[in-house]
Amino acid sequence: MRVGIIGAGIVGLSIARWLSRYENIEVHVIDKNPDVGWGVTKANTSIIHPCHEEDPDKHPLRMRLCLEGHDLWYEWVRELDIPSRWPGEIIVAFNDEEIHVLKHYLSLAVRNKVPGVKLLDKEELLSIEPKINPSAIMGLYAPSAGSIDPIQAAIAIAENCADNNVYFHLGEKVIDVIIRDRRVVGVVTSEKVYDFDIVINAAGLYADEISRMAGINDYYIFPRRGQYILYDSTAEPKPEKIIHTTPTPKTKGVYVLKTTDDTLLIGPTAEDLPPDKKNELRTTREGINYLLRNAEKLLPRLPPRNLVIKTFAGLRPEPSTGSFIIRFHEDPWGFIDVAGIRSPGLTAAPAIGKYVVELIHKHIDLKPKNKWKRYRKGIVRIKDLGVEDRNKLITKNPSYGRIICQCRGVSEAEIIEAINRMKKIGVKEITLDGIKFRTHTMYGRCQGSFCRVLVSLIISRYVGIKPWEITFRGGNSFYGIGEVKSLFKEVIR
Amino acid sequence: MNKTYDVAVIGGGPAGLAAAIKTADKGLKTVVIEAMNRLGGIPIQCIHTGFGLHYFKEDLTGPEFVYRFIDKVMDRDIDLLLETYVEEIINESMMSKKIKIISPKGSWIIESKTIIYAAGARERHRYEIGIPGFNVAGVYTAGEAQAMMDLYGIMPGKKILIIGSGDVGLIMARRFVLEGAEVVGVVEILGYPSGLTRNIVQCLQDFGIPLLLRHTVTEIKANNGRVSSAIISEVDESLNPTPGTEKEVKCDTIIIAAGLRPRTKLLKKMGVLIDPRTRGPIVNDYLESISVPGVFIAGNALVINDYVDYAVEQGETAAESVHEYIENKGVLSAEWRKVIPGSNILFVVPHYVSGRKDVVLYSRVSRPLENTYFQIGGIGKKIPLIKIMPSTMLRIVLRKTELSKYIGDIVVEAVEK
Repeated sequence: MRVGIIGAGIVGLSIARWLSRYENIEVHVIDKNPDVGWGVTKANTSIIHPCHEEDPDKHPLRMRLCLEGHDLWYEWVRELDIPSRWPGEIIVAFNDEEIHVLKHYLSLAVRNKVPGVKLLDKEELLSIEPKINPSAIMGLYAPSAGSIDPIQAAIAIAENCADNNVYFHLGEKVIDVIIRDRRVVGVVTSEKVYDFDIVINAAGLYADEISRMAGINDYYIFPRRGQYILYDSTAEPKPEKIIHTTPTPKTKGVYVLKTTDDTLLIGPTAEDLPPDKKNELRTTREGINYLLRNAEKLLPRLPPRNLVIKTFAGLRPEPSTGSFIIRFHEDPWGFIDVAGIRSPGLTAAPAIGKYVVELIHKHIDLKPKNKWKRYRKGIVRIKDLGVEDRNKLITKNPSYGRIICQCRGVSEAEIIEAINRMKKIGVKEITLDGIKFRTHTMYGRCQGSFCRVLVSLIISRYVGIKPWEITFRGGNSFYGIGEVKSLFKEVIR
Repeated sequence: MNKTYDVAVIGGGPAGLAAAIKTADKGLKTVVIEAMNRLGGIPIQCIHTGFGLHYFKEDLTGPEFVYRFIDKVMDRDIDLLLETYVEEIINESMMSKKIKIISPKGSWIIESKTIIYAAGARERHRYEIGIPGFNVAGVYTAGEAQAMMDLYGIMPGKKILIIGSGDVGLIMARRFVLEGAEVVGVVEILGYPSGLTRNIVQCLQDFGIPLLLRHTVTEIKANNGRVSSAIISEVDESLNPTPGTEKEVKCDTIIIAAGLRPRTKLLKKMGVLIDPRTRGPIVNDYLESISVPGVFIAGNALVINDYVDYAVEQGETAAESVHEYIENKGVLSAEWRKVIPGSNILFVVPHYVSGRKDVVLYSRVSRPLENTYFQIGGIGKKIPLIKIMPSTMLRIVLRKTELSKYIGDIVVEAVEK
């Protein structure tokens, strides 16, 4: 039985990981991007929510998957060596109205059986997190909240899937879903035609378009933009706990958190865009100012502007129905929607994967593999090792001692390892972003102004293309336009 | 690997090399630690002339200039550690510093009595100066573009817009034209250029490249992952964009030339105090950190210089200081006198003087001034300046005899006539 998953984001990959446990299933993952996790996955707040903000009456499935997903992540980060921290989160209230909201979430926490959630008075609040603005009057503490590196998570799951014989078809855009006798039988991509018995639509922002290819037209996805500001690891104040403003009906509020990378993240905005604006990944002056204003409430003072290392935007896939759309269609049989996976989608992803497998299992008997590989290790970082281990590694392979990124101390060997791992999961085009997400070169204080050119030379050497033919992230995003003098050669021609 | 050096020079650019030559000549056991696989630092990628006018009284290219120092280093008994990354500097005591390094030869700790820190500067980037829009290919700092073109032969683009009028950006404007690219303009948010006048003339005016003062880029637009245009707006008095003045400029490449910042991460970590004006370390006239004895700083890591000649001078001053420091087991105590930046002064380096020796002050004015006196309070020194821009660093020598005329803080001011 062949299963095709459209979308190599955190949702599609989580489904793939669960399906890779069965021997009578051959799993294929298709994505239009050259690499995994480049859609909704790569730009979000990175929180693993405790799930005390989910209303079990309005969204029972979402609440259940969020709660289960949270616990699964706790296992998955260990099995797959995904960077994570679990500091707990605090919703901060500055007035009576917000205290009222806090109490509402406390009651949801009790109903949802979220462990350890409690109200903190001002004194407790400031002792648990001294970096909160002292004008706060109350907090709701949920100790089980965590944060992961979402793109590293996607990469880790993809590598684990490849180890378990999942096939990847990256850089291929699905242009049609083939239906015969009211059954799904395959998909057509920009490159090939694939025969599948089951097609899973985990296409994120574009899930509505994929559904329409299968003749399903009862929902649409609109993008909700979230802008973010990322500060250097030296920025202060940098709270230990994940803190955020009190949620409104539309958003979970603005978060301030220390990332797994030790940088300081502020975001997101919540801007609803029309359904056709699925490429509006841009930051705006207004958006950034909004974030600064909200963060100013949470922190007694903001870090200086010159410590900003990046501003970026992500788009959340908001379903027109308001709820996760997860369903096994009988017509066309074998088509599964996993659409509208909005917040808390990252938290829920592993549970969504499990749930989808349960849906499939209702229709098909699944036979577990004898040998399923549970574990995956990340790239060894020279900087994380002690002197003895470093020297062992450098003696064996001196390029572990050749530091390319001065901001983060990333070695040449780590970059080469990233290239090899990209090839292993079927990445056809080795991009600068692919290297960045895997190694964190070009991620620090100088944003690659020193090391990007060196990274491009390493890719050039290992892949056999010219440095200017390398792209940041596929498409027309070439690093250069040719060799120096190429413009004159153009004129002479 | 187990020997203790008298001085470890961190950074093999002009300031570091000049320092190492001098410490070696004074018989000090010297090591130069350089991150790249070659000496020379940034001048290696500066193929234009303008180097050495003060120091050699010659007009040299960057490589020509810096090779004069590299050759001298090679002739001397100086240990070189190339491709060596400094992870941390630990201040053990007055006469003992430990440097944690990683290199292809291994990871170990280098011990040295003193440090000359000459790790240079980094460039401000797009996010730091707050330019919103799409995060796409085609946005480079001027220095990255320079390395791409003049070290590795990669052409970044063909229709170029430059943000900021820093010197590296101006130099690159000309470089782009000389390689057949079109430079559509240089956008500067302030009412005056931040680069040297000679570069405005030789790199922009000579090539007919427009300089748009009091303008900023308010958005970067993109097509299929690459810059396609920029929205340029005028700014008001408080540097905010004026609505209604937006203009779209087609370009495929944006170069950020918004100035340099001293690289101080390792210094901060070991407790070196930072001057918010220079964003470099606070030093005395030995160019020694006032908070961590035995750590001397030179070149762009100390203060952003406009001429490499000054970086070399600072390297040599630091070297002489190290020599004295080792002989005396520390900088001798002194009646330290504070140097205070007064009206119209952006910064002055060094921040404290001992009065024991001649001192070179490096300073910039905070805004363009005409018919001004640059004056040093108490001492009664007055230097007339017909026209002075913040882009021009002032270099003033105060003689020991002048310093002895007056006891107290030294207030530096630029006063209009």
